[in-house]
Amino acid sequence: MKIVTGAERTSTSVGLKSKGVLRELVRNRALLLMFLPAATLLFLFNYLPLAGLVIAFKNFDFSKGIFGSDWAQPFFNNFDYLISSETAYRAVRNTILLNALFIAAGLVFEVGLALLLNEIRNKYFKRITQSLTFLPFFISWIVVGVFAYNLMNFESGAINRIIQSLGFDPVDFYSEAGLWPFILTLAVRWKVTGYGTIIYLAALTSVDNSYYEAASIDGATRWQQTRYISLPMLKPTIMILTLLAVGRIMNADFGMFYAMIGDAALLFPTTDVIDTFVYRSLRKSGDIGMASAAGFVQSTVAFVLVLVSNYIARRTDKDSAIF
Amino acid sequence: MLRKRYSVGQICIVALISLFSLACLLPFIMVVSGSVSSEKDIVNYGYSLLPRHISFDSYRILILGSHRIVDAYIISIIVTVVGTVLSLFVTSMAAYAMARRSFRFRNALSIYAIITLLFNGGLVPWYIICVRYLELKDTMWAMILPPLANAFNMFLMRNFIMAMPEDLHESAKMDGAGEFRIYAQLIVPLAKPVLATIGLFISLSYWNDWFLGLMFVDKQELQPLQLLLRTLISNVEFLRSSSNAMDIQRIASQLPSESIKMALTVVTIGPIIFLYPFLQRYFVKGLMVGAVKG
Repeated sequence: MKIVTGAERTSTSVGLKSKGVLRELVRNRALLLMFLPAATLLFLFNYLPLAGLVIAFKNFDFSKGIFGSDWAQPFFNNFDYLISSETAYRAVRNTILLNALFIAAGLVFEVGLALLLNEIRNKYFKRITQSLTFLPFFISWIVVGVFAYNLMNFESGAINRIIQSLGFDPVDFYSEAGLWPFILTLAVRWKVTGYGTIIYLAALTSVDNSYYEAASIDGATRWQQTRYISLPMLKPTIMILTLLAVGRIMNADFGMFYAMIGDAALLFPTTDVIDTFVYRSLRKSGDIGMASAAGFVQSTVAFVLVLVSNYIARRTDKDSAIF
Repeated sequence: MLRKRYSVGQICIVALISLFSLACLLPFIMVVSGSVSSEKDIVNYGYSLLPRHISFDSYRILILGSHRIVDAYIISIIVTVVGTVLSLFVTSMAAYAMARRSFRFRNALSIYAIITLLFNGGLVPWYIICVRYLELKDTMWAMILPPLANAFNMFLMRNFIMAMPEDLHESAKMDGAGEFRIYAQLIVPLAKPVLATIGLFISLSYWNDWFLGLMFVDKQELQPLQLLLRTLISNVEFLRSSSNAMDIQRIASQLPSESIKMALTVVTIGPIIFLYPFLQRYFVKGLMVGAVKG
């Protein structure tokens, strides 16, 4: 690409203000036309569902449609229903707890691996191991589900074979709800740690080497250098990424949950999240009122959380916020 | 000078990283091994890293025995190719419009796009819109259209185009080129790196997607590969959890066996492993640039 200095760049937006909006539209019809497909798709798949949030206050009737259906009597009827449901409460609790667990483990694994990789001086070892840890990112959750099944199933799973060869009784993982928060956390870490590490690693490689040189002249050990140089350097990145993750704490990765757990009701006490709960209410039990009320709560809380976390992110580091 | 000896710390670090890397690799090897193992070995000895007896029967059955798998493969390929091409087209045109500095409404368009990243209506309204109003149920479009326009990708591309010199555009205009022509003959060729990166992102998500299929496709012949794999596995799990042992034995002899499941898994990962070296390089580069820019 050609490099152009700032001085060569001419301002082109002079004198536009006085012209009429309509004339502007006509003059730029080509550009507007180019935006049209994206605008239409975003309207259909993002804006219409946004307007469709009103069904949380309606008695949805498929034949009458979202906007034609009657209002619920009283209008918060669906929410009454939701609040009295124990399953819904469980789903909200699980969503927040599991996401909190994922965020905490993510921090430890990703920052940890980045710091470890940063200590490696052998280029080839670093490149190969980084490639290997990045590999799981490219496969679907379905395939991860197969891997998990290979490891954990009762009869032929590798883990149970090892347990048995050590003389213990095999564990039926697929009926032990208590284990699944940890299994899921490990699965997420297995899949995305390599990916998540890259940003931290990029931040580490941009640290000026003279800091480390100065520190080692002063007699700092590698550990002290990590503790007093690398970690503080990573702090802004850590804060921003964590904040943005907290902003999404109400949303679960449906693909992961459904691929790993599916319809195994035995595991629901610890693994049923809002997304899977809404999916079941919508597609299995056909309880659209409940599903839409739960979805409404999820969207509103998520919206507030995104705004708040983005606000804090912007105050911390202006460039890192989404808007 | 003496070679520097490795310290205990260094050895620990190397060991830790090696362990995690191995953990990332081993499940892949297990699946490949399982797919070329004989069924009897899996039943008797469980999954292992190396097959005891090599047999390619599962692949043979997979390819010859079931047209459903071939169908699913074709569906997945069509969805991925069509989706990626259309998505790149829509995304790059929108990005170009948002990137034109002299375009007075470009900020309005950006806000229109950014709102979709912040708010969403959730699953229920989205599902009902797709099924009742857009009639996507049991069509291939259901797996192509919903993720086609992605605001995040549009912004990535917009930033890339905005980094190009404005004079380029001005001189093309001077020569009498219209916006479409500038886009097609000037911007697209220059944006090839970013098109390739985002194209890989998009095709990976199309290939790995099964959520859309799960939501909208009930017809068997329209099921994508990932969904078929999911169906196969959950069927076996379902059988395992049913109480009647006789039933399990009877059906287990008819159902695709464990090694076929593994073979299908290998086939599903196949194209990605093949593309992996390219994918990884682009992803790392893209992420690094994003991280450095903040």
